[in-house]
Amino acid sequence: MSFSNIFGIAGSALNSQLVRMNASASNMANAGTTASSEAEAFKAKRAVFQTILSDQQKTDHATSVGGVKVLELAIDDTPNEKLYDPGNPNADQDGFVYSSNVNEVTEMVEMTASARSYQNNVEVVNTARQLMMRTIDITKA
Amino acid sequence: MKLFDSTLGIHGKALGLRAQRMELISKNIANADTPNFKAKDLDFSAALKGVQQDTHIRTTNARHITDIPGASANQIFTKPLNASDNGNTVEISIEQAKYGRAAAEYQATLRFLEGDISSIRKVLRGD
Repeated sequence: MSFSNIFGIAGSALNSQLVRMNASASNMANAGTTASSEAEAFKAKRAVFQTILSDQQKTDHATSVGGVKVLELAIDDTPNEKLYDPGNPNADQDGFVYSSNVNEVTEMVEMTASARSYQNNVEVVNTARQLMMRTIDITKA
Repeated sequence: MKLFDSTLGIHGKALGLRAQRMELISKNIANADTPNFKAKDLDFSAALKGVQQDTHIRTTNARHITDIPGASANQIFTKPLNASDNGNTVEISIEQAKYGRAAAEYQATLRFLEGDISSIRKVLRGD
């Protein structure tokens, strides 16, 4: 039945967009963090999507062929900014701290794009649901 | 049932295909942010022709590959107006418009079917 597939496909997209939104929220929350070395400093994470092309690619949360799943959370490799702040408890011997590499503007755009995609998929579900209900009502014709 | 096969005619088959086209477009919308995803659409007239002729390859073993006339055989890749640099060919506004139209077409087919069914009902009741 095609309509139940639509629900699964749109559902997988809603789930993936939520993961992307969560990653973005985590980045935003950690934007102001500092660390005493570049390795310890926070690095932005970004969700990478992949189409579920066959049954083999299904996972527990992504069960519809043709839907979408999160392949990985890629780490942004932009260098962390090194700031001179000797008063900071996180400062190294030379008085430097490493800030996160989160760009707030990028995260805001990411958040908005993700919310829009989420809305698109909600609309898909709504339309499919209405048509399904009308099809059930065909017996009353 | 044979009786209703000929009574409902083309609309019964078209309804299934229309639902499959909506499924295909919903896949495109779901994958609007997936890198390297190629958008697909259904060649509706070819698919309907395939369903009407209803020609199957005869299979003698469960593991033989069957052809499904209609939806799966007549998928076409859509050409994007503006290519995206991550290899994705979904243009969300176009897909939304397509989805809206496909939903309207589904309703139109449904309306025709409702008409057919109410006529049958009238005949059976004999009013």
